Amino acid sequence: MLLREVEYVKPSSLADALAALAANDGARALAGGQTLINVMKARAASPDVLVDLNGLDELKGIELAADGTLSIGPMTTYAELVGSAEARARPILGEVCAQIADVQVRNRGTIGGNLCSNDPTNHLPPLMAAVGAELTIAGEDGERTVPASAFFLGVYMTAVQQGELLTRITVPAGKRDGFAAVTLGVDGTCIANAAASLDGSLRIALGCVDAVPVLVEAGSPDDVRAAVRAAKLDPPSDVHASGAYRAHLAEVLAERAARQAMR
Amino acid sequence: MEVTVTVNGTAYERDVEPRKLLIHFLRDDLDLTGSHIGCDTGNCGACSIIVDGVLVKSCMLLAVQADGSEIETVEGLADGDRLTELQQAFSDHHALQCGYCTPGMLMSATALLRANASPSDEEIKKALQGNICRCTGYWNIFEAVKSVAR
Repeated sequence: MLLREVEYVKPSSLADALAALAANDGARALAGGQTLINVMKARAASPDVLVDLNGLDELKGIELAADGTLSIGPMTTYAELVGSAEARARPILGEVCAQIADVQVRNRGTIGGNLCSNDPTNHLPPLMAAVGAELTIAGEDGERTVPASAFFLGVYMTAVQQGELLTRITVPAGKRDGFAAVTLGVDGTCIANAAASLDGSLRIALGCVDAVPVLVEAGSPDDVRAAVRAAKLDPPSDVHASGAYRAHLAEVLAERAARQAMR
Repeated sequence: MEVTVTVNGTAYERDVEPRKLLIHFLRDDLDLTGSHIGCDTGNCGACSIIVDGVLVKSCMLLAVQADGSEIETVEGLADGDRLTELQQAFSDHHALQCGYCTPGMLMSATALLRANASPSDEEIKKALQGNICRCTGYWNIFEAVKSVAR
């Protein structure tokens, strides 16, 4: 497929990348490209300028602090996270990244790209919401940090505004997490998914049922299905599942994720 | 933009538009038509190649992104008529029917065996999950890869 004409820049510093994004309303950040290049083929997106982030070492890598906090560079690929010794401090992260798409996509696709594209069927938005991640966003005027619950704003929309970049994903210490999904084929696109984390009570984030992850709290796995019902979900229908079936899956998957977190 | 790459040990320098996908650059600009375009949507894996040691689908990369990289394609596997052990195993196990997916299957299996010379059955299947065979000839492909696993 021939893409629409596009300019390409590959900055070597974060400041240059932010300047390039701020200079043109039609500029878009190119991370792993495993979504963006395809939506460009379909003309669903037609940026004027691609700002390739692959030269920015400051956006790569995973660090583990003494208190167990993980600091993840958004340009870390799924495969790098799966292979990271540091990331094992929060095992659910690698478990989920290992079930995204296929080897080739995991070799290129990035943690930051998955979060910033915020497709409602993506794996990582509900996971980051459940584990209580914080996202640091930088612009030319400085940076700010928002909780995952304030990061996802709508379908394909996040708190990252034009001219800004996600620069850091901070995941607090913890091990008692779970994730469950019904997918189109093994490791395929999610029809419905749920992530759960035990931190006093169970915090559960439901994916694929609304524009952004839906957060639900429950005291124990036995209460999860009632808590999901109380959220009065109204999921979209498509060729893969009716809204009613997705709402049913949300209950089932929330309980599965919760039981994994309680193990 | 000027793009310099090494493909299967040969250096190439070409002027390419930023919008050109890496698979089109290989096939149309460098005349290396071994890597195939199956779906052009990132699903089928027929365009799989190895860039700087990493298995990727070349329809989801721009050619300009490959500037300065070392690329391996299916043309680089055999030494003249001497097939690699994996290629010979594909032949011996009838692991190709129409052959369209074969270049991508070979590159995915090559990447697997380099990283893990003794993959389990599960690891072989997981390594090939990004490659679709429309003839559904998966079993013989799996058997071929398994036969060269140590």
